[in-house]
Amino acid sequence: MTAEPLPEHPDFLWRNPDPERSYDVVIVGAGGHGLATAYYLAKNHGITNVAVLEKGWLAGGNMARNTTIIRSNYLWDESAAIYEHALKLWERLPEELEYDFLFSQRGVLNLAHTLQDVREGVRRVNANRLNGVDAEWLEPDEVAKVCPILNVSSRTRYPVLGGTFQPRAGIAKHDHVAWALARRADELGVDLIQGCEVTGFLKDGDRVVGVDTNRGRIHAGRVGLAAAGHSSVLAERAGVRLPVQSHPLQALVSELHEPVHPTVVMSNHVHVYVSQAHKGELVMGAGVDSYNGYGQRGSFHVIEQQMAAAVELFPIFARAHVLRTWGGIVDVTPDASPIIGSTPVENLYVNCGWGTGGFKATPAAGWTFAHTIATGEPHPLNAPFALDRFTTGALIDEHGAAAVAH
Amino acid sequence: MLLITCPWCGPRNETEYHYGGQAHVPHPESPADLTDEQWAEYVFYRDNPKGPFAERWMHSVGCRRWFNVLRDTATHEVLTSYRLDEPRPGGNR
Repeated sequence: MTAEPLPEHPDFLWRNPDPERSYDVVIVGAGGHGLATAYYLAKNHGITNVAVLEKGWLAGGNMARNTTIIRSNYLWDESAAIYEHALKLWERLPEELEYDFLFSQRGVLNLAHTLQDVREGVRRVNANRLNGVDAEWLEPDEVAKVCPILNVSSRTRYPVLGGTFQPRAGIAKHDHVAWALARRADELGVDLIQGCEVTGFLKDGDRVVGVDTNRGRIHAGRVGLAAAGHSSVLAERAGVRLPVQSHPLQALVSELHEPVHPTVVMSNHVHVYVSQAHKGELVMGAGVDSYNGYGQRGSFHVIEQQMAAAVELFPIFARAHVLRTWGGIVDVTPDASPIIGSTPVENLYVNCGWGTGGFKATPAAGWTFAHTIATGEPHPLNAPFALDRFTTGALIDEHGAAAVAH
Repeated sequence: MLLITCPWCGPRNETEYHYGGQAHVPHPESPADLTDEQWAEYVFYRDNPKGPFAERWMHSVGCRRWFNVLRDTATHEVLTSYRLDEPRPGGNR
């Protein structure tokens, strides 16, 4: 293995226009999902009179600090369909956007450490195959062949009893993904407006007709929310209550190392997930902190436990130094599946509740959210992820395949 | 790490506690009369404020008793803790 060089930055990626007084569509949140939504509104639906409003800077929230894992090995049909659609889009996006964001299909291993893990893993492999998702069950010796630095000895506290493997899964360079989408959306006529915080919503009866911002009032035919951890705070300003809870999610990276880690390894049971970035940092994540929070930091014991698990699984990491840690805010739903669809307020749409796993879904979230906003109707892929499932009871319980405790 | 005061045992590290979500969510008085929307509200919908939040914690490795904490979710400041039979300090639920 050799480290791959990073792509050169183009000189100019997007304009920085002042907001117009009115748009056909306003998207709130210029993270990956907001940018992908704008891109597909323009590309798939020909709607280019669009503004994406961002209170901070473009892709500066969870998109800037995530563990960049892309996979589609979810259990239920609804989830497999939308995440596999995302993976297929990822496979063609670098060419389509003419921007090499280093999508690396190095595979993902989900380890099993208990008999129940083994049964759940085998079941998920079978479910994945029935849904056309590539998946294999690996015994410990096969796990060791895929990732030789993993400790598969039977003498650890939680021995590796096997694992699921999705070869088409991988990682991508998250910042470059955002910039690639932003550049193309901008070229198609979308206004990307940074430093523009939505402070309220203009309503005509039960219909939204615009937003108030710190840069003035902006009228809009339709408004889409894609604000991740702050979705419920934002929706509340429009009079919409969302069944989400915001939690800090921490991750960390090490200093740079020679390429040693050839794939992505996740473990639900001892709870850590690790890959090695293109430059050489070990990128590690754990579960969310238990309590609600918007402070963009979490508790140290969560990091301590994730590193203990990492060192047990990867003894050669024991002397690696942590370079930086961070906490992002994720919005978690009761069934660990996202909400993409309409709200009780007419012309107001929401894309939220991705919890700890929004990055992998970026293209499909944009694709389906753009369809919903453009047509006023859900796409078949996001119809099951409507807000009303919490009333009908048609939940999509992905706590197992979500892989990260939340 | 949060420093949380158990009303019975005093201040202890967060790792001694288990989190229980929003406080003051009463069980419906006549469950048989609820609509689907009201059930959804009771089961799945909780407040998610950016600011003071009344929440439940259990001192799981100490006295094993549940109690309430008023905590600012933006600053992580633990404002006060109080027993389950006490009202939220400062009113408002």
